[in-house]
Amino acid sequence: MTSKNGASGEVLLEMRGLRIEGQSEDQWNEIVHGVDVTLRRGEVLGLIGESGAGKSTIGIASMGFARPGCRISGGSIVFEGMDLRAASDEQLRKLRGSRIAYVAQSAAAAFNPAHKLIDQYTETPVQHGVKHKGEAEKEAMELYRRLRLPDPENIGFRYPHQVSGGQLQRAMTAMAMACRPDLIVFDEPTTALDVTTQIEVLAAIKDVVHEFNTAAIYITHDLAVVAQMADRIMVLRYGDLVEEGNARDMLANPKEDYTRQLLAVRSYKKEEAPPDESPVPLLEVRNVTASYGGKVTVLEDVSVKVGRGRTVAVVGESGSGKSTLARVITGLLPPSEGSILFDGEELPASYKRRSRDQLRHAQMIYQMPDTALNPRQKIRDIIGRPVSFYLGLKGAAREKRIRELLAMIEMDPDEFIDRLPGELSGGQKQRICIARALAAEPELIICDEVTSALDQLVAEEILKLLQRLQDELGVTYLFITHDLATVRAISDEVVVMLQGKVVEQGGKADIFTPPHDPYTDLLLSSVPEMDPDWLDALLADRAARKARGEKVMDSAGQ
Amino acid sequence: MAQIWKLLKSAPPTAVFGMVVIVLYIFIAVFGPMLTPYGESEIVGSQFIPRGEQGFILGTDNLGRDMLTRLIYGARNTIGIAFVTTCLAFLIGGVLGLLATTLGGWADQLLGRLVDVLMAIPILIFALLILTITGTSVPVLILVIAVLDSTRVFRLARSVSMNIVVLDFVEAARLRGEGTWWIITREILPNSMPPLVAEFGLRFCFVFLFISALSFLGLGIQPPTADWGSMVRDNATLITYGDITPLLPAAAIALLTVGVNFVVDWFLHKTSGIRDDK
Repeated sequence: MTSKNGASGEVLLEMRGLRIEGQSEDQWNEIVHGVDVTLRRGEVLGLIGESGAGKSTIGIASMGFARPGCRISGGSIVFEGMDLRAASDEQLRKLRGSRIAYVAQSAAAAFNPAHKLIDQYTETPVQHGVKHKGEAEKEAMELYRRLRLPDPENIGFRYPHQVSGGQLQRAMTAMAMACRPDLIVFDEPTTALDVTTQIEVLAAIKDVVHEFNTAAIYITHDLAVVAQMADRIMVLRYGDLVEEGNARDMLANPKEDYTRQLLAVRSYKKEEAPPDESPVPLLEVRNVTASYGGKVTVLEDVSVKVGRGRTVAVVGESGSGKSTLARVITGLLPPSEGSILFDGEELPASYKRRSRDQLRHAQMIYQMPDTALNPRQKIRDIIGRPVSFYLGLKGAAREKRIRELLAMIEMDPDEFIDRLPGELSGGQKQRICIARALAAEPELIICDEVTSALDQLVAEEILKLLQRLQDELGVTYLFITHDLATVRAISDEVVVMLQGKVVEQGGKADIFTPPHDPYTDLLLSSVPEMDPDWLDALLADRAARKARGEKVMDSAGQ
Repeated sequence: MAQIWKLLKSAPPTAVFGMVVIVLYIFIAVFGPMLTPYGESEIVGSQFIPRGEQGFILGTDNLGRDMLTRLIYGARNTIGIAFVTTCLAFLIGGVLGLLATTLGGWADQLLGRLVDVLMAIPILIFALLILTITGTSVPVLILVIAVLDSTRVFRLARSVSMNIVVLDFVEAARLRGEGTWWIITREILPNSMPPLVAEFGLRFCFVFLFISALSFLGLGIQPPTADWGSMVRDNATLITYGDITPLLPAAAIALLTVGVNFVVDWFLHKTSGIRDDK
């Protein structure tokens, strides 16, 4: 957003030489090293960086607050002439919620599930003595309407679990606006949402912030999102400022290498693999219907073919059944109808009845490398187990193979072989998961959202590694993901899923070029682009097409 | 070694106190016969000689046996039996608890309901009943208490491992084709150790108290074997004359219980990452 009055307005918040320390074991380590932040009235500042950059910590510090286990150790925080570091708890309490508000990443965790939305809205203004309850309720409905929540008069009387994730996030934004604060801190408000839902929330936040001329600190790891929202961007890394500047200028003309890397992150694309010539596909999912407990059908008549040596991406939003498809293929969830064929041969429905060789041929890599590795086993044991379990290698031969595998995933065997998973970074852990899958010498690897828990630069390295391994070993991938950038980068074929059904499938080029199925269209168009005008243009385009009477989906399932 | 020393140095005073108490008790239990001037049930004088008289530091009991000697032998018997019982309870409860979560389904249901039934009966009455029927001997005593206490261990082992069995690395092991025993011992058990170790300490205290209680009631360790519970009972009449001798074995029980609890508290604090709020 480029607010005309933003850049020249009076200074609202000024943090100088901000230093924050975090506690680990028994010592304090500095995690933010003297960062300056200036925010003017009505201005939207984007804080961007990877995990560990200190962006959330800085955002919260603007309220004079540090999370438990952290402390503000140096610098000044001045909000409208008031020194927040010297302020008493009572003064801060008056400030928070009424003058400075906070919107958390997970609205579902931030709302109290036992109270209605509107009661949680009115709590802050009533507490601060700004408004009476009746008055506040009326205002809440008005805000709900402005945030384009459906049925604004009544939605507030629902409980948090009765509305969707995107609606909850908007209700939380309304709550933050309740006292008409001067500053709102948005901490990754759309990160947990699906792309099609993200659009609605972004548009709503943008409008409201603009309308009330509220200053905002918008924290995110996604440069394309921040491009839509911010007037000014600060790029952070390891608690230091990398680059700061006007949003448009920085996107058009980044000065630092690191910013350039972040901007280029979605440009990686593989060359399409040659089509599989063999008559029998490596994996065939034939008319599979599956349900949990026989009640809720999560997959309905799904058929997918995966050719040898190719990468098939299954893409869909939460609830589309894509992860359930992986569970059916691995045999964790036996389907109620249909069958799984591997190399033309039907696999037993449950993994318990599959032979060791059948299990070996299809390996899995998980979304969360933290929970996919046993924290009490050394890397040697983690990778070594499949080596000895499936291939029967022992002693020196086993050790040699472990070292080979570590070298294949570009990790130094001498350095890492005796470590525990807790001593590795997220990207390194995911590499170990890949090595563990490769150790079985499989033909198919199912990758379930393997990059979504990783920072973008790290994720890209993982994708490149997977691609290199495919080129070298000829392994086939079934890639399950919600992220279209990943699909673009790595897939040969795409399967689009919605609510347990396959909407569209075909070669990557076919899927990504119009005409699309309406849902594919919605999904593709909802992926944020780096262009700061993208959101406005997209919404205008959708409205125009609707006005012309074309069939346009607004969100999944409508 | 240096690491252990560093860890011990960082222990709070309560934990140090607890550790000193435990080490002292173990020392006495192991070297008991060398420390005592008389035999375990040797009659050395007349009944109820007061403390400090005729060279008996703690006096003599109702049969004229040296109290100090009995107290030292009592440590040996009570602690030894309690330790063996606790180990057995953990073997039964721990294995079944982990098995219940790993197998899930009907195995979990069956074991869970069985434990419910056992836990529904008051433990002391149940133990008294069985010991009356079977007669009291040390192996029966150990077995009965171990089975009854294993229900608590089962519940803990099940609830701790429940959070681990759903993690991806366990699923990965299942999909690899690993057997149940491998999954239990290699994947789940190492990750549920801290709460189980802490529970071992607490469970030991309960077993210890329980044995003493049974002995006090006459159904635990049988005379002439020295045991703190029965020592309290044998000399209970003295309390009416204002003599605190029967309280000495009771104090010995209390001191060990407190000591073990201090150490367990510290251990839980260390491993669970709970921090003191300022």
